Amino acid sequence: MDNRKPIISIRNVYKRFGGSVVAVDNANLEIGEGEFFALLGPSGCGKTTLLRMLAGFENPTEGEIIIDGHRMEGVDPNRRPVNMVFQSYAVFPHMNVLKNVGYGLRVTGVPPDETQKRALEALALVKMERFADRMPNQLSGGQRQRVALARALVKRPRVLLLDEPLSALDAKLREAMQLELVRLQHAVGITFVIVTHDQDEALSMANRIAVMESGKVRQIAAPADLYEFPNSRFVADFIGKMNLFEGSVVGAAGNNIIIEVKGLGRITVPYSGSAEGTVGAAVRPEKVRVDHSEPGSDRVKLRGKVTEVAYFGDESAVFLENATGVNINVNVPNDARRTAAPFAIGDEMWISWNPADTLVLAE
Amino acid sequence: MTQSATMNAVAEKRVQHPDKPLPLEYLRKRWLQVVLVFGFFFLYFPILALIATSFNEDKRNIVWKGFTFGWYAKAYENDKLFDSLMNSLQVGAISTVVSTIIGTMIGLALYRYRFSFKTPFESLVFLPIVIPEISMAVAMLAFFAMLGVPLGIFTITVSHIAFSFPFVAVVIRTRMAGFDESLEEASRDLGASAWQTFWNVTVPYMMPGIIAGGLLAFTLSLDDYVITAFTSGPGSTTLPIQIYSMVRFSVTPEVNAASTVLIVITLTFAIGAMAMQARTEKRTVKKNG
Repeated sequence: MDNRKPIISIRNVYKRFGGSVVAVDNANLEIGEGEFFALLGPSGCGKTTLLRMLAGFENPTEGEIIIDGHRMEGVDPNRRPVNMVFQSYAVFPHMNVLKNVGYGLRVTGVPPDETQKRALEALALVKMERFADRMPNQLSGGQRQRVALARALVKRPRVLLLDEPLSALDAKLREAMQLELVRLQHAVGITFVIVTHDQDEALSMANRIAVMESGKVRQIAAPADLYEFPNSRFVADFIGKMNLFEGSVVGAAGNNIIIEVKGLGRITVPYSGSAEGTVGAAVRPEKVRVDHSEPGSDRVKLRGKVTEVAYFGDESAVFLENATGVNINVNVPNDARRTAAPFAIGDEMWISWNPADTLVLAE
Repeated sequence: MTQSATMNAVAEKRVQHPDKPLPLEYLRKRWLQVVLVFGFFFLYFPILALIATSFNEDKRNIVWKGFTFGWYAKAYENDKLFDSLMNSLQVGAISTVVSTIIGTMIGLALYRYRFSFKTPFESLVFLPIVIPEISMAVAMLAFFAMLGVPLGIFTITVSHIAFSFPFVAVVIRTRMAGFDESLEEASRDLGASAWQTFWNVTVPYMMPGIIAGGLLAFTLSLDDYVITAFTSGPGSTTLPIQIYSMVRFSVTPEVNAASTVLIVITLTFAIGAMAMQARTEKRTVKKNG
């Protein structure tokens, strides 16, 4: 959290629904002032429940939530220093854009002329000032979302909560909105907490990510740390793509650990922790190389047969059958302008990677 | 309102099955056109005939003798008819307001809350829609007799509320089925109290349903005969009952005139509501066009 003052503290928070369903299981995390924080996980992992507890729509079964120095227990949603952008945007259908944006000021007794002024400012912030008179049904999905953003930001909250804000947009617009949200966060300097199931979204926007699985927070880290140093098989598999082999620890030498993997033999991997018994040895597809000739002895290497080549334009995903029993996925950058693939299905190739790129996953 | 929704649904279906003709395309078939013409004839000829004869100078109404407003003047001067019309409007107005409020609250509660015995409660609320009107009338009469309430405008009004609020509840419940609950959450999130949220977000969303339900309640009340006949007392005759008692002797052009007035009132309310709806839409478009 790089020494920022915490704006949100979640301590030992549990949420159970109807006795048996545990939506959030002992969540502990702190979010610093000005952070762009992402709650990432598959659907049903409890990330939305956690966000709704911050907004005040759900109450924790146990534990406490502190926002801006105040305990939130028993504080209604309308009295919390947070505002939310809903997944469905929830733009009021019977009010025009300006009325929508001014709503939060109007209901709290801000004078009409100030409401008008601040609403127009907020619309300018999201570049929607030309649409002030439109009704929501005359707006596109992306425009409605900007209205929802302006409507939340006009309240000058301490924290902006975003629930899957980009899931309803098409791919191009989603990419543009990712950049836009980051720009907006810099412009207003408010803490953003975003819930998403899309790892690309979390990696590209957030400065810290909490990965959740079945109610538990699995890992909290900056995007690059999360990607390069996942702490468990679940996180490694959920963030990006991963070739995961099961092996067993056979010894340690200095800062290295020796793992026996079927089909790979004994590999020596830099590892600072302590691990015993069965561990996962994993390597990212873009860190693996495919060659016709045998690579040097400093690399982890094995033979494989190409079974599939998926062309993506900028790169190709190549899958190779090999002695480990795990189909190895390799990302091959298409770094030269040619249309013929450098290898065909059925080719016998050398697969190799730097031992230091091997991840040891004890969990 | 309902029609445009149906049309949208039809359009969607059309996209899914491009070979399937639209319902309106069936009308190109000759035999269907014949059925349609007959249908309209049986539906509307008696009404048109009624309106026409109310302007006929011939008292016995056999041949057309010339145009006159005389029967309307006569109906207006008929104290019994006029009083019964006033009674009808009074009962209709009060029962519409009360049943719309009760029906809206019940419809909303049924949509929103889960509570024990909800299913039986729901069935009981909607029972007045399905049970025979005559049974309801007898029940009402027995109920008032048991409590010793004298029959009159009051008992008619109470009965009308009792049979019309379930219709309002059904309309509201249907309307709320498409409601996005995050609208209410957004309102709360933006600083509105529960009460402000109800008036600023929920009620505007329900409004088309409230208007439709209210109109339904008013129309039901205005033309009800059976229940009213059982629960009315001396001096509390409504228009349908008065018309019926006059018809028992003979169908006079005066009765035709009174019936036409009833049709005009009902139509005015229906058209007024539709026009209001259309104006709201037009205003929205104009402002942004």
